[in-house]
Amino acid sequence: MSDTTDLPVPALDVEAWTCPAPLRDRPRVVMGHGGGGVLSAELVQQIFAPAFGGEVLAQMGDAAVLSLGGARLAFSTDSYVVRPLFFPGGSIGDLAVNGTVNDLAMSGARAAYLSCGFILEEGVELDVVTRVSVALGAAARTACVEVATGDTKVVEAGHGDGIYINTAGIGLVPAGVDLRPERVVPGDVVIVSGAIGVHGVAVMSVREGLEFGVEIKSDCAALGGLVDAMLAVTPDLHVLRDPTRGGLAASLNEIAQASGTGVVIQERDVPVPPAVANACAILGLDPMYIANEGKLVAFVPREHADAVLGAMRAHPLGADSVIIGEAVEAHPGMVVARTGLGGTRVVDLPIGEQLPRIC
Amino acid sequence: MKYIDEFQDPELARRLLDDIHATVTRPWALMEVCGGQTHSIIRHGIDQLLPEQVELIHGPGCPVCVTPLEVIDKALEIASRPEVIFCSFGDMLRVPGTGRDLFQVRGEGGDVRVVYSPLDALRIAQQNPDREVVFFGIGFETTAPPNAMTVHQARKLGIPNFSMLVSHVRVPPAIEAIMSSPSCRVQGFLAAGHVCSVMGMGEYPELAERFRVPIVVTGFEPLDILEGVRRTVRQLERGEHTVDNAYARAVRAEGNPAARAMLEDVFEVTDRAWRGIGVIPQSGWRLAPKYRAYDAEHRFSVDGIRTQEPAECRSGEVLQGLLKPHECEAFGTLCTPRTPLGATMVSSEGACAAYYLYRRLDMPATKAQEATPVV
Repeated sequence: MSDTTDLPVPALDVEAWTCPAPLRDRPRVVMGHGGGGVLSAELVQQIFAPAFGGEVLAQMGDAAVLSLGGARLAFSTDSYVVRPLFFPGGSIGDLAVNGTVNDLAMSGARAAYLSCGFILEEGVELDVVTRVSVALGAAARTACVEVATGDTKVVEAGHGDGIYINTAGIGLVPAGVDLRPERVVPGDVVIVSGAIGVHGVAVMSVREGLEFGVEIKSDCAALGGLVDAMLAVTPDLHVLRDPTRGGLAASLNEIAQASGTGVVIQERDVPVPPAVANACAILGLDPMYIANEGKLVAFVPREHADAVLGAMRAHPLGADSVIIGEAVEAHPGMVVARTGLGGTRVVDLPIGEQLPRIC
Repeated sequence: MKYIDEFQDPELARRLLDDIHATVTRPWALMEVCGGQTHSIIRHGIDQLLPEQVELIHGPGCPVCVTPLEVIDKALEIASRPEVIFCSFGDMLRVPGTGRDLFQVRGEGGDVRVVYSPLDALRIAQQNPDREVVFFGIGFETTAPPNAMTVHQARKLGIPNFSMLVSHVRVPPAIEAIMSSPSCRVQGFLAAGHVCSVMGMGEYPELAERFRVPIVVTGFEPLDILEGVRRTVRQLERGEHTVDNAYARAVRAEGNPAARAMLEDVFEVTDRAWRGIGVIPQSGWRLAPKYRAYDAEHRFSVDGIRTQEPAECRSGEVLQGLLKPHECEAFGTLCTPRTPLGATMVSSEGACAAYYLYRRLDMPATKAQEATPVV
């Protein structure tokens, strides 16, 4: 016991102050391994990639680009484990479509077909399964994609959160489109397609029973049309990312590290809605790390930036598009923010999940 | 967020900075007590904008950082028990104990839950009468009142399966310990505004007088901090040492009487160990005897825990302001948020985490490269 008055109180020896704790290893999976940050990357790099091998996997994009029968196909898969199943602005059904459609869109492809695997927990109400399915179907129609094949499994009660969904999708990459972080060069302009942090805060508000004064609706949406509008201006976009897990910070870091360029953003230009900023301030979270489901970040050659920005703003899903920074030669692999006051700070890749702080 | 935007206004910040630059004539070392202030300073680059003569020293006011290893290990032990639902605020889950953290306990099957309020834990206890629900009650005077109220409620409602692992700490004895050190360089304090919003300012005049040190109650937004620095530097330049309130929109001289009454009912002052520092007399709270039944240490037998404390980590010196995080040999190499040696590297309010997250750019190139996560 370190806090009893029965113990003799040693003289305070500040010269000997140490904070010792051993180095640790993690023999088991923790939630952070799915957080889209350093732990997620380590899981892929140290376990999955060596086990699977393959040149295509080494691309490490949101979607793999494959040459097949003379065509360039984009291929992607994602699993959806959101809780709760319904949230302001969407549901797990919408996410399961839009997430995979967007992964394909970030390679420039319009999604054509999806597969859909349901893992249902024993006891979940069929009415809930119906509502999720209807939402999924509606989202697919909105995104102009067809669910072509599927699968269903049921797990025992207590082994799931009601419904998990996996979707995979394929689409064609148009000729002349080559979106890869390796194409980013110093001078490229960084554009985001609108307000960040909305989806994550919307889900958090219902999952944790938190009320932030105003309802925050998820931005969940399929971005294929917006990408089409951008590519119509020029196929010479350098890279696109949809900043989902790990938020804008993770996407920018991934691009900086894969391209070997530095990235500088103006913190005050990053669009954070007041309600999101409020919620994050209360919880001690940084909006830069909060997940989005209907936004993209684009690295665009400077000479095309104004035209691309104009096209984005003309599209309903890009009306609030804004330039937030640029790629630079300095500090390769790192993202740096210029703060509103005129200082600078590193914007790091998150380690795992963001955690609400104590006070 | 207009309200907060106003406290980050670049034009107002420039005016405050100009005033500080015009006021300073010689070097001064100020300590911001609270880890939240440290993060605000580093995140917004405030220290880069101040005159070179004004050095900000980071204080011990991070509740996660100062929670003793022994208490963390007790939390890990209790959370591992199958009958227990262990509830904590999120940022305690990643803090290393001896060999593991609460995330790993959860990965091993422990029922560890993140809550946003101690009352959430009490609700979980009501919903799970066949389980033992334990809340990890740590922090300064800021978090102590709601935790006290929760224990009070548990007793009032007769909820038998709720208890709290308490490791609360008090700021004034820490200031006294810092100022009593022969190696102390601190000449002025930015006191933690949220602590004073609870406790008021009554504990500070005696300290300011005894150590002849100005203490300015300061908030957390960039303009709050600049105003706190401005007022502290003005006092120092004039040879004054008074207690000043630069956070009047949140802090009254008497604090929050209802919260203080709750503290006095549920807790009693005790000597308390601070991680990396040692025991500071009268620096903590524990549950008062009439609430002993709600003390998790009393309810669960967690004595005999042996902590293992390697010598590489120097965060005790960081907490005292004797060392800047990046001056530590292990910083960014042996010690990163991925593999933290100490809590200061992993806590969301820890000074080492602030430097690692926001300031790697200023480090020597080789060290910054080692510190950059590989993706």
